[in-house]
Parts: sequence; C-alpha cells; structure tokens
Amino acid sequence: MKVDKALISKLEKLSRLKLAPEEQESIQKDLTNILGMVEKLNEVDTEGVEPLIHISEEINVLREDEVKHQLSREDALSNAPQTDGTYFLVPKVIDLKKNKE
Amino acid sequence: MARYNSLVDVRADLQSGAISMTELVEYYLKNIEASEALNIYVEVYAEEAREKAAQLDAKFKSNPESVGRLFGMVISHKDVICYEGHGITAASKILEGYTTPFSATAIERVLAEDAIIIGRVNCDQFAMGSTNENSVFGPVRNFADPDKVPGGSSGGSAVSVQADTCLASLGTDTGGSVRQPASFCGVLGFKPTYGRISRYGLLAYASSFDQIGTLTNSVSDAALLTEIMAGPDDFDSTVSTKAVDVLSDFEAQDKPLKIAYFKSALEHDSLDPEVKQLTQNKINALKAVGHTVEPVDFDLLDYIIPAYYVLTTAEASSNLSRFDGIRYGHRSEEAANLLETYQKSRTEGFSAEVKRRIMLGTFVLSAGYYDAYYGKAQQVRRLIQERTNEIFAEYDFIMMPASPVPAWNIGEKIDDPVATYLLDIFTVQANMVGVPAICVPVEPFQNGMPFGLQFIANRFEERKLLSFVAHFFNNI
Repeated sequence: MKVDKALISKLEKLSRLKLAPEEQESIQKDLTNILGMVEKLNEVDTEGVEPLIHISEEINVLREDEVKHQLSREDALSNAPQTDGTYFLVPKVIDLKKNKE
Repeated sequence: MARYNSLVDVRADLQSGAISMTELVEYYLKNIEASEALNIYVEVYAEEAREKAAQLDAKFKSNPESVGRLFGMVISHKDVICYEGHGITAASKILEGYTTPFSATAIERVLAEDAIIIGRVNCDQFAMGSTNENSVFGPVRNFADPDKVPGGSSGGSAVSVQADTCLASLGTDTGGSVRQPASFCGVLGFKPTYGRISRYGLLAYASSFDQIGTLTNSVSDAALLTEIMAGPDDFDSTVSTKAVDVLSDFEAQDKPLKIAYFKSALEHDSLDPEVKQLTQNKINALKAVGHTVEPVDFDLLDYIIPAYYVLTTAEASSNLSRFDGIRYGHRSEEAANLLETYQKSRTEGFSAEVKRRIMLGTFVLSAGYYDAYYGKAQQVRRLIQERTNEIFAEYDFIMMPASPVPAWNIGEKIDDPVATYLLDIFTVQANMVGVPAICVPVEPFQNGMPFGLQFIANRFEERKLLSFVAHFFNNI
C-alpha cells in the first residue's frame, strides 16, 4: 500500500485534522511503516472465516425505561467552551450575507 | 510508618489502634510529595482525602462494624476514569480544564465501600502508549530507576503503587496497559475478563478491548477490588450479567494444574535472553512442585499485533470523533468557521501519537480499504480466539512474560512507533479474545529492574486464576 500525499490529505479531511507540513511528512512515513507491518495479515488464510465483531456474550441487555443519571442543563453546559446559558454556541454555520454575494 | 502491602495488614493495624486513617493518609501524602520528581500525579486530592479519613476514623470508632469492605484502602485513579466533580483529561490538551459531572461505575462502587481516592495519576494520552511518554504532563519515571520508563499506558498507576503513594490504583488495559507497567514496576497488574467491570465513565479508546484493571502489591487486594467493581450495570450494555464469583476467598490449591506456554514466544526474535532465562526458571519451578507445564504451538503469535492495531485504531477513530471542541474540551481560538473549529481544536488538542492512530483507524475504515484491512483483522481475531479456546480446552492457564524486554530508557524508542508497538506482543492476546490475565512480579533482572510473569485464564475464570497466583506468589 502506497501512502502518498493525496491519501494523507484525504485522511486529514475525513478525521477533521489539519496537520502542519512537517507533521504530514512524519505521519506519511509512520503510516507507511505501520501498514507495512499490517500487511503481514495477508499471510493468514481467512477464506470463509466469519469476522469476530462482538467480544461480549451479552445479547439485547435491556433495563426499565426509567429516567436515571440525568444531567441538569447547567451541568451539561458547565464544560462548554462557549454558551449563552441555554445553548452551546458555535461559529456561524450558514452565512446569509456571504450567500447573497 | 512501615510500608503496607495489603489491605489485610492495614485493617489489622486499624483494628488494633496502631494507626488511624488520618495517619495513613498523611503518610501517603508525604510519599507523594517525596516522589514528585517521578511525575506520577496529575492532581492530588489532599484536603478531600484528609476530610474523608477523619470521617472514616469517626465512623469506625463509633461502630467498627459499620465501615465498608474497602475501609483502609487508599487508591489512585488513572486520568481516564471519571470521578464526579474532578478533572479528567486523558493526559491530553483537548480535555484541559474539563470537570466531569459523573463518576465511573467502578469509582462509585469503591467509594461506596469506603475507599479513599487520594489523586488522579498520569498516563499515556487516551491510554495510547507503552511508555507513559505520550502525555501532555510529561513522562512518568520508574521508581526503581528514574531514567527508565514505567511502561504504559497505566504508567502513573503502576508507579503510584510502586513508590508507596497509595495501596492500589485503578488503571485500564486495552492491549496490556495494566500488565506491562506492572511488569516494569514490580507490582501486580490484573485485567479481568472483558465485560466483567462496567466501562461506564471510562474514556473510551477501543471499546471491544478496553477493561478496567487493578495495580496492587497483593493478590488479595486485586481480588477484593475486582469483586467489588465487577457485575451488571445499567449504563454499560456490554458488561456481563453473569454472577460475580467470590474472589476474595481463594480456592485451595490441592491439585496439579496444566499450564501451556508458547514455543514461538520463548524462541521469539524479540525476546531478551534474560527474560527467557527468568521465564524458564519459573517453568522449572512450577514443574518441580508437580504442575504440568508444556510448550504448545501458537502459529498466530506474529499476527496479533498487526490485527490489534487495525482494530483498535478503527475503534479509536470512531470513539475520539466526539472530541470536536463544541460541547466540552479545548476549542481553538484560531478557527473562523465551524469546520475549522473541528479541525483546529482537534489538531491542537491531540498528541502526535493520538493523531497517528486516528488517521490509521480512519484509513482502515475508509471506503475501498475496509474489507482488506478491518474485515481481515476481524477474521484474524476470530482465528486467534478459536485457537486460544482450543488451548483452554486442554490447559488451565497460559503463561508468558508480560514484556519481551526489560524497561528501557526514557526517550530511547520514541522515534520508532512500530518497534514499540511490536513489544506489546505478549499482552495483546488477552484483549483480542477478552480473557482475564495477571502480571505477577518474580525475581528482578540483574540490573535491578523488576520483571513480571503473566498468567492468562479462560473467560470468567478470575477465581481460579487469582487463587493459583496467590499460591504462586507466596510459594514458588
């Protein structure tokens, strides 16, 4: 697997990261090495093997639909970087002025 | 005050009046101060611990029967396990200043039994690392030699017990993060069966691997803590609903056991000759007292680490997507719009190692690569589970060193992630298949650094495993 600059920038986009050029270079090198290690898995014959997805033996664990462990609005907002006391505030998503231009 | 190695001893002295909880807490606080250069604690809850000690002394004095089962136990918790009203950062910048509004189920259960939590300890960021160098607070140092790494990711937990700053620590183990530091620091590290202890309130790294575990000086403390923390929980649907065995009362060891070891492990290229010798010595000692210890074939050993890094990074990339700078945690001040808020907050908030793993996980889950990498690793995981089950059909335990090499120098392997990943080779199997495993300190290396041997049992066989290890620890 060739890890090129285009792949790194695609992965940055997908994982919502924005790396500095030197970070991109070092991660390109690291991913190349790690995927080189991972490619060893191709030596294993897995023809017809069912993928192991769940490690817990529990199936459909249900509980009574009771309100428990609720956070108050105040508590839920207490760690917010920006809030008006009712909502989380974020930078403007749709800029109407910009759209008109 | 002399060092305590088990709650049983602490309780005896509390009972006789030789010590009080207040004195014990002061003793640990003094040791915390004396070991500051080791960078163990992220936060010390000194005043709270003193208040709680005074309350418990009064409670015990008024009625000795009224105290909980963990009365006398002073513990630390890893910076990924939530304790209501306290900070939790996963040793990251992205959670700088975050105060958690709830406690992990494990924390609630130990507090309900009158344990005292003395502080929160350093770790690798988001539990990703084997050296405790990947922390926004800087590296933790090994008490046996401050130039050496303590192991990771629960490095602070291991050193907090090693340096006698508390009796026990709660850590987490995704691929050996409790057992490998236990080996490097000469304490006991126990990871129960996957799903034995609720993961509610544990900051997720890889959800199908993560498990809370203990770092202690005695098997009895590991057993009691596990028994108290284990069991069903409304807030984790993957936790086992199986009844919890009594762990704190060990089974008699009156019959010889069958123990397997992997020839491929003992002859592995990465194995340090001294590790091989020390392991061989214990194999001989176990045989000498009548146990059967035999080599078995395990051809999949070299595929464990590649499969582990595909699966855990995939899960991590998904789990860590919640850190977006919106509802809590670090928000970049450089961002001009919403997309940049996500990107810059995450980029500034995560360490290089965490970013590396998020990128790798994103890759193996991305369209076009999913089957070739993620699907393939899940198939290999199935094969590892099946082969492990076959071994447990014939043997009681599997034994292996926890690490193929002794603790190395701080900074030594920082530039080669793959080389460091490969050193997890002996601990990851237990997480791949979700079985319990414990690392027990045996005799140290010639340079004085500790060495731990690992025993792995079948699912939910904690009682059998701990009973055996209690015996092994004392007699072999």
